[in-house]
Amino acid sequence: MSTPTVKKPRLTTSAMIASIASEGQRVKAAPFGKALVELAAQRQDIVGLTADLAKYTDLHLFAQANPERFFQMGMAEQLLMASAGGMAKEGFVPFATTYAVFGTRRAFDFVHQVIAEENLNVKMCCALPGLTTGYGPSHQATEDIALMRGIPGMTIVDPCDALDTEQAVPQIAAHNGPVYMRLLRGNVPLVLDEYDYTFELGKAKMLRDGRDVLVISSGIMTMRALEVAKVLEADKVDVGVLHVPTIKPLDTATILREAGRAGRLVVVAENHTTIGGLGEAVATALLTAGVTPPFRQIALPDAFLDAGALPTLHDRYGISTEVMSATIKNWLG
Amino acid sequence: MHTSLSSAHARVAESAYRIRRFALRMGEVQGQGYVGQALGYADVLATAYCHAMNFRPEDPNWEGRDRFLLSHGHYAIAFYAALIEAKIIPEEELETYGSDDSRLPMSGMATYTPGMEMSGGSLGQGLPIAVGMALGLRLKGNPAFVYNSMSDGELDEGSTWEAAMGAAHHGLSNLICIVDINNQQADGPSTKVMGFEPLADKWASFGWHVQRVDGNDLAAVIAAFDAARNLPDAKPRVILCDTLMGKGVPFLETREKNHFIRVDPPEWQQALDILDQAQGAAR
Repeated sequence: MSTPTVKKPRLTTSAMIASIASEGQRVKAAPFGKALVELAAQRQDIVGLTADLAKYTDLHLFAQANPERFFQMGMAEQLLMASAGGMAKEGFVPFATTYAVFGTRRAFDFVHQVIAEENLNVKMCCALPGLTTGYGPSHQATEDIALMRGIPGMTIVDPCDALDTEQAVPQIAAHNGPVYMRLLRGNVPLVLDEYDYTFELGKAKMLRDGRDVLVISSGIMTMRALEVAKVLEADKVDVGVLHVPTIKPLDTATILREAGRAGRLVVVAENHTTIGGLGEAVATALLTAGVTPPFRQIALPDAFLDAGALPTLHDRYGISTEVMSATIKNWLG
Repeated sequence: MHTSLSSAHARVAESAYRIRRFALRMGEVQGQGYVGQALGYADVLATAYCHAMNFRPEDPNWEGRDRFLLSHGHYAIAFYAALIEAKIIPEEELETYGSDDSRLPMSGMATYTPGMEMSGGSLGQGLPIAVGMALGLRLKGNPAFVYNSMSDGELDEGSTWEAAMGAAHHGLSNLICIVDINNQQADGPSTKVMGFEPLADKWASFGWHVQRVDGNDLAAVIAAFDAARNLPDAKPRVILCDTLMGKGVPFLETREKNHFIRVDPPEWQQALDILDQAQGAAR
């Protein structure tokens, strides 16, 4: 006799630019584009450049509001980054947008040599970070943070939601030096307004306290961690969440203070490969300071990931709320 | 300042002679260096710094200056010689070339040297930077020009052609690209490493105003620089300069050609003597 199995419906890959919001989730439209338009109204030195992806990075809003300050560079990411560097040399604060795979992998030497080596004031805002598209490795920027972390002087921001994104825009513009920001575009989930939170460049923030587990997370994995915390409340597991939107420079003091509290499992959760991202950065900080809590990583595997529907892939690679909750529960035994 | 071509010619020729001398003296300090390129490119650099460009030696960051990007960072020895001739850096400093803590590193870097506008060396980066600077100048209403100087080897780099398309698309009439065609790159003659002809046609088809000159014919170089600045068209301009590595020192001109010309210790002084004699005769 065969056992009846519950089969999930087979999902289809959604459009590349589909929102990462789950059904019914509160969202805000184009937080990056709107924040940049607002900032550009106050600061005449803001310019926008893109490599044929204005619409897909919400930069079209800036282009509509400031056509004389918008520069289309065509599908040419080396030109995008180098010319952004050139405009920074002339005193402008360029926001350069493309997809994260192209901004990092394709244009890496131009980011390294043109922009970073001279500490130029370019803000690279790159969409589809980590696993946020089902189009396969060509579009999945699973190692973007590892690449950018290796560049001296690079500031790296991985916002969680619409609130984080819109608050980060004026702050990265005010920062003197290159910034790589992972970009969430379109209808972006709104989560952090329910917490006593404001984005501060360079600061990690406790969003909720918890006795049993401390999740240290960035980007959309903070949203997941907050959902996991609610799920595990039912199992009487108390999960704290430390949100680290600035990955470099790392807020080591806050991380050491929170991870140093006895009796908690520390889980670093990131939408990025296990190699070279927040997990390794936190592990290095902890070991260097002699702080050694039980430590686990929730991250994407060191592999070329599958194509498919995002919910399927997030389940498959362990970064969905459901799988992450089960994983942490399992670790607690 | 308007000068007749002949008086400009004589003045720039004196500068080119001194640039060659400064470069050889730096080569002697290090016992090596890209002196072949420096000798070959001295006429072009003299035209840029002693005829065409606006700048203030005492204020290398003057907002009104014409920008000169040295994309081929290994030409630093030639470029420092031009900066010395332009009085942007003092002559005594050439003794420090390539030494620890010097402002004159072997490969050009923006943060080290006054008057150095970019960190070159990762080839193919100058022209796309120049596109951004030219856009920025235009947006500011600053009438300065951006000169991007590059080697023929950089024609192999895809980014050069991304920038060539971008500059034409944006109608950058304030951008002048200078290509040094000495037909030598690391693995041999540039035309053998990656054929680039017909080069003038290529640039023209990308939407550029093109001039091709003998880069060691000073009158032709001066005329090309003048034409590039004065052209009314809303398009970027390129000057393709065919040059001879080692120009001015016959035993280096005829030495087996290489990306890096070998110079034996006694030859530095011999080369300087040959330059001095030739310049004396020209006066």
